[in-house]
Amino acid sequence: MPDALAVRGLAKRYGSVQALKGVDLEVGEGELVGLLGPNGAGKSTLVKIAVGLVRPTAGEATVAGARAGSRAARAELGYLAEMFRFPGWYTADEVLELHQRLSGSRGGAAERKRLLELVALADATDRRVDGMSKGMQQRLGVAQSLVGEPRLLMLDEPTSALDPVGRRTVRLLLEELRGRGVSVLLNSHLLSEVELVCDRVAILLGGQLVAVGSPHDLSRPRGVELETDEGIHRVEGATREDAPRLVAEAVAAGRQVYGVSVLTSTLEDVYLEAVGGETS
Amino acid sequence: MTAVWVIVGYGFREAVRRKMFAVVIVLTVAFLFLFWLANHYVFKDLSTITPPRDVNVDTRTFAGAFLVGLSMFATLFLGVVLAVFLTLGAVTGDAERGLLQPLVARPIGRSTLLVARFLGAGAVCTAYVLTVYFAGLLITGLTGHWWPDQVAWPGVELAGGVLVVIALSLLGSVVLSSTANGIAIFMLFGAGLVAGLLGSIGHALNSHTIEHASAVASWALPFEALYQDGLRMITEHASGLTGFLLQLGPFGGAYVHGWGIRLWAVVYVLIVGTIALVSFARKNL
Ligand SMILES: Nc1ncnc2c1ncn2[C@@H]1O[C@H](COP(=O)(O)OP(=O)(O)OP(=O)(O)O)[C@@H](O)[C@H]1O
Ligand SMILES: [Mg+2]
Repeated sequence: MPDALAVRGLAKRYGSVQALKGVDLEVGEGELVGLLGPNGAGKSTLVKIAVGLVRPTAGEATVAGARAGSRAARAELGYLAEMFRFPGWYTADEVLELHQRLSGSRGGAAERKRLLELVALADATDRRVDGMSKGMQQRLGVAQSLVGEPRLLMLDEPTSALDPVGRRTVRLLLEELRGRGVSVLLNSHLLSEVELVCDRVAILLGGQLVAVGSPHDLSRPRGVELETDEGIHRVEGATREDAPRLVAEAVAAGRQVYGVSVLTSTLEDVYLEAVGGETS
Repeated sequence: MTAVWVIVGYGFREAVRRKMFAVVIVLTVAFLFLFWLANHYVFKDLSTITPPRDVNVDTRTFAGAFLVGLSMFATLFLGVVLAVFLTLGAVTGDAERGLLQPLVARPIGRSTLLVARFLGAGAVCTAYVLTVYFAGLLITGLTGHWWPDQVAWPGVELAGGVLVVIALSLLGSVVLSSTANGIAIFMLFGAGLVAGLLGSIGHALNSHTIEHASAVASWALPFEALYQDGLRMITEHASGLTGFLLQLGPFGGAYVHGWGIRLWAVVYVLIVGTIALVSFARKNL
């Protein structure tokens, strides 16, 4: 079975700006991949090419084996744009109905009801879009992206306007989708969110991938810290396996041990190291 | 096919919600009332006017044709306003507002979307133009008892002219922002009218250079030529001095006419439409 999304040597130039400089990335069946990177790194450009909104300058992208942008490719995916708007005079239910008709979904009223419940908008079924807060519109956008049970979901910062409860709702939703075998490419600046839900993380910097791997693989051991009567002492390069020995040695040397902790880098450390503190 | 209907409905609903139809209906009713007043007074005075015996002018035909010409001009103008507002932001404008991306990401195809916008706007504008055109004819016919030589064709040509404008406006919406597109289309419309008037002047002065320039403009902007051809047909059979005087007026003309320009208008819409579809297919959204 082909990867849900496969990107090969993808490059995009906007005038003098080289937004992507040859990116290789794949999202496997049922895999949840987080795409990270500073502002202007090219994350949205990559997603837009995969959706067919933007034409690549070089390289190729395929969705479930079909060329990105083709009708067959678009039939497989759900998309939430970074900046989108629904017509203000549509109700939440009508927005979903419009997208059901455009995607050929036969889910009917039951699908719409279920999707609105998923994003906690069950009370707002008949609420018009122009009367919704930004976060409610974003949740409606997430529901819209799920219309027609897509195999691949591309979410470009789906939680940027959400409150903490809303973020948690979306996080649980992503976990549920993974359970159902849906593949997801998630653009986000919220490292903790990505760390919690993603199988793999890709970090883009200046149009190039600088790190790819599972959050666990990317985070490396950073030593062991001992708290004794002489203060806090850090043993660089030590791992969890070294901890009992280090404690025993300290006790043998007559120290009072108050605490020991194994340090690993968080995704934030990995990210900051990968992008070198750059923001653009 | 269903996707076309979905997008037609989407565009139609936008027009209703933006109160476009409400504005258009109010203004049209106001225009028709003023037009009725004009007819009323013109034909009332007509019975008291007798031309000098040695000038052989049919005053009723002259007044009727002049008034119907005026109403055709107003119909074209109102139709163009409606057409432009229905289509001016269909691509770039909607993309800038983030309305277009969720639709284009669906498997309907960009060409379907654009064709549906053309069909939707075309249906609304055709119905509108024919309604206003025939209302104008009825007003002149019932108050002044004058009917044009050709009744149906001029209305069809006016509607065709508006379809040409819709095609241009949709092409403009692919390459220009809403405001720039609106300005561009109204300038083209103005240029077309000026070229038509220039043709009348050239005819009156018997200047072939000016007539030639006007003819070139008519082929370049066939909505103008169609309108002129419609004007020609309302007094197709007027002859002698009446016919000559009508030709000189602002609503005379048609130096490019007949089936040639009608066919060209169809080809023109197809060419403009193809360029629009190709540029839309290549556009980054
Ligand atoms: N339509 C466009 N025209 C010109 N340049 C563009 C266009 N879209 C994006 N760019 C440029 O391409 C680069 C990548 O932009 P992109 O939107 O992909 O970044 P991003 O990683 O999504 O950033 P952010 O985190 O701010 O959303 C930027 O330098 C941006 O200025
Ligand atoms: Mg972005």
